[in-house]
Amino acid sequence: MSATDTQDPNRRDFLYVATGMAAVVGAGAVAWPFIDQMRPDASTLALASVEVDVASLTPGMSLIVKWRGKPVVVRNRTEQEMKDGEAVNLAELKDPIARNANLPADAPATDANRTMPGKEAWMVMVQVCTHLGCIPLGQEGDFGGWFCPCHGSVYDTAGRIRQGPAPENMAVPVFKFISDTKILIG
Amino acid sequence: MKKILTSLALLGLVVVGTVAIAAEEAHNAAAPTHFPIDEPKEMDWSFAGPFGTYDKAQLQRGLKVYKEVCAACHSMNLVAFRTLEGLGYSEAQVKTLAAEYTIHDGPNDAGDMFDRPGKPSDYFPAPFANEQAAAASNGGAAPPDMSLLAKARGVERGFPRFVFDIFTQYAQGGPDYIHSLLTGYDETPPAGMVIPEGTHYNPYFLSGVSLKMPKPLSDGQVTYDDGAPQTVDQYSRDVSAFLMWAAEPHMEDRKKTGFRVLVFLLLFGALVYLTKRKVWEGVAH
Amino acid sequence: MSEGHSTYTPKTGIERWLDARMPLPRLIYDSFVAYPVPRNLNYAWTFGGILSIMLVSQILTGIVLAMHYTADTTLAFDSVEKIMRDVNSGWLLRYLHSNGASFFFVAVYIHIFRGLYYGSYKAPRELLWILGCIIYLLMMATGFMGYVLPWGQMSFWGATVITGFFSAIPLVGNWIQELLLGGFAVDNPTLNRFFALHYLLPFMIAGVVVLHVWALHVVGQSNPTGIEVKSKTDTVAFTPYATIKDAFGMIVFLFFFAYFVFYLPNYLGHPDNYTIADPLKTPAHIVPEWYFLPFYAILRAITFNIGPINSKLGGVLCMFGAIVMLFLVPWLDTSKVRSAVYRPWYKLFFWLFVADAVLLGWLGSQPAEGSYVFMAQMATLFYFAFFLVALPVLGLIETPRRLPNSITEAVLEKNKGGGHHPAGATAAPETKG
Repeated sequence: MSATDTQDPNRRDFLYVATGMAAVVGAGAVAWPFIDQMRPDASTLALASVEVDVASLTPGMSLIVKWRGKPVVVRNRTEQEMKDGEAVNLAELKDPIARNANLPADAPATDANRTMPGKEAWMVMVQVCTHLGCIPLGQEGDFGGWFCPCHGSVYDTAGRIRQGPAPENMAVPVFKFISDTKILIG
Repeated sequence: MKKILTSLALLGLVVVGTVAIAAEEAHNAAAPTHFPIDEPKEMDWSFAGPFGTYDKAQLQRGLKVYKEVCAACHSMNLVAFRTLEGLGYSEAQVKTLAAEYTIHDGPNDAGDMFDRPGKPSDYFPAPFANEQAAAASNGGAAPPDMSLLAKARGVERGFPRFVFDIFTQYAQGGPDYIHSLLTGYDETPPAGMVIPEGTHYNPYFLSGVSLKMPKPLSDGQVTYDDGAPQTVDQYSRDVSAFLMWAAEPHMEDRKKTGFRVLVFLLLFGALVYLTKRKVWEGVAH
Repeated sequence: MSEGHSTYTPKTGIERWLDARMPLPRLIYDSFVAYPVPRNLNYAWTFGGILSIMLVSQILTGIVLAMHYTADTTLAFDSVEKIMRDVNSGWLLRYLHSNGASFFFVAVYIHIFRGLYYGSYKAPRELLWILGCIIYLLMMATGFMGYVLPWGQMSFWGATVITGFFSAIPLVGNWIQELLLGGFAVDNPTLNRFFALHYLLPFMIAGVVVLHVWALHVVGQSNPTGIEVKSKTDTVAFTPYATIKDAFGMIVFLFFFAYFVFYLPNYLGHPDNYTIADPLKTPAHIVPEWYFLPFYAILRAITFNIGPINSKLGGVLCMFGAIVMLFLVPWLDTSKVRSAVYRPWYKLFFWLFVADAVLLGWLGSQPAEGSYVFMAQMATLFYFAFFLVALPVLGLIETPRRLPNSITEAVLEKNKGGGHHPAGATAAPETKG
């Protein structure tokens, strides 16, 4: 800097600091739109719900719909599957949380908490392995539920993780029955 | 500085002289060669200027005009129902509004196409299946899509107005044009002018003496429930404003952000200027 | 001035470690901190810096737009509208990019005219000037192809007309045109390759900019007097003197840029480009982007055959010739004096040339009919006369004004008039602080 400055150095420093701060604020404000544009856009968010007609599903049948680009399985469970699900001792579970978006975040992973009250036969679940995002196969594996062929995670009839590297139960999305045969997901 | 000013003045003279010569060109009322014959009338729009905002009541009326009149022939493919919340409607109102429309969707699991009520995520359905069908039903000219009409139309402003427009922020060429066109059907063509069969004289039309679209609006055609006058002029203003919104839904956000950015640049510029003066203090240059 | 004598001394351990292996800090220090610049540079010299931030801005906004854009004739127009309507901040990024192109050209034109006015192209700066001309050519190619991408009516017909230039070339013209288009008309293959090239060219521009700055740092900056730097008192250190001045210039420029982006984002565009491309319907009158208008006017001014050359080829040749003129400027100008400040006649012709370029631009936007054609022909004649007659002849016949002996002397003389700086303050400011 020039050595000829005879003014109060505090005033000069204040000016430099203020200018530098303004530059930082400006740079931050400019950076935001570049990050913002990466978030899901308005049309993507608008497609956030899908209606499913489940009238044709008899116990033991399932169907898969695409919701937010992911497969969501709707399964009408058999009596046996429900019984197996209820019989599980919660202490044995790898992930004791229900992971049900319709319930509080800390709800325990009982079979009932994985479904809707009064509609316990119906499993509605994002069929994506919580390990690294593969699609597990239905009604396979040692627990009669789902089995992920990628890295060997095994889920039970309520979609709870029982064996393998996956850390969490498969997610239950926000959904509701809008009639006895229609489900609105999202 | 003086030299620059002199040079600019000289430059101005040259340009003005050129324009004067150009304006001399012959003008024949019955067989005009330049269109539109009349320039669009400049209207007062709530969304003009640096702090302009849309008049939501007007946009809602404009939507009504579009739905009840324009939509019979004109599509609006790029506008989704969900965006109508920008007109001041609630989410529930938008749902109801969308459900009034039938959307052709599919295929379903059986492989068939089917009709279902509209959802907010749907777009305004087009009145014709494709452009050919639209043209066939409208005397050979497909009615243009209206999503961007307010930005896709505009009459050249000419010198020197295009210079003043920078300072007045004139950006309403589209709505001015649409309003003038919609209200311009009642004028009588000059004696001797040939109007092609099946077209309608309109001195505001951008590319000829007449257009295929007949006068679309008449007084009292659309019922307003907010007490606004039910006249062609009012309908035209409202639908033009609505089309401006349809073409530029983020305009308010843009102008608001712009004001903040300019204020910031002013303050930041002042700080940098003072810093620059401090740095250069005592250094002759 | 060259990097022969670096004054960089690494202070911390990391700096010493780096300096021994890859002396990047030394390069930056020598190029942008200690680098001596003439002390008398005015604000016209801030446009180099302004251009570099515009290039960076265009590349950044362009990359994020490419994340949402689809180069397919059936989807391109809608994907741009999706950016405008649905993508978060999409309208801002797209308007920044489209207006950014225009303001990039505003800055480059000021930069070029500054070079012409102060004779910045003269030895030893010919290569620096030519590299600049190459950047300008690449910018034009990039701007043109970028304008095609939204796939509006002007995109389509602009592409049709400009690729049509090549069909004017005898014998191989049609072959070249088909090669460029990837078909017989502008269509999906054209859009796809234009997108690929539009993405590539800015990085080539950045590469040539590096060469441009390299050449600049070898020969040093020109200055308003046009006299070479003779002693240390003629210069100041790049940082903080030039950096802070450049920063202020940039902010003023960005203010104008922001004014257009936020309040007149479509002012510099054409309404027809908001109508999707229709290969069966030409708009009433096709105009290119404003920054091409002077050349467009020259193209259309040639309405007559010149010997064996027909008017179409003649127009294309004149248009390209108009750009070639810029490349030849260092050898067309015969004057020993660089700066127009000391050349009264050249100064007059320079400003006439600016007026002529503006007039050509305006004529390019008008329909090619009636008296406009004659005016465009006269303006074209003057355009070429400036380069081919005025530049060589003025240098020979003009008596320049008395030149000061050095930059420092010129500065002192100027300040004597104002008299608000103590003479002692002109002592060389030391660069290290």
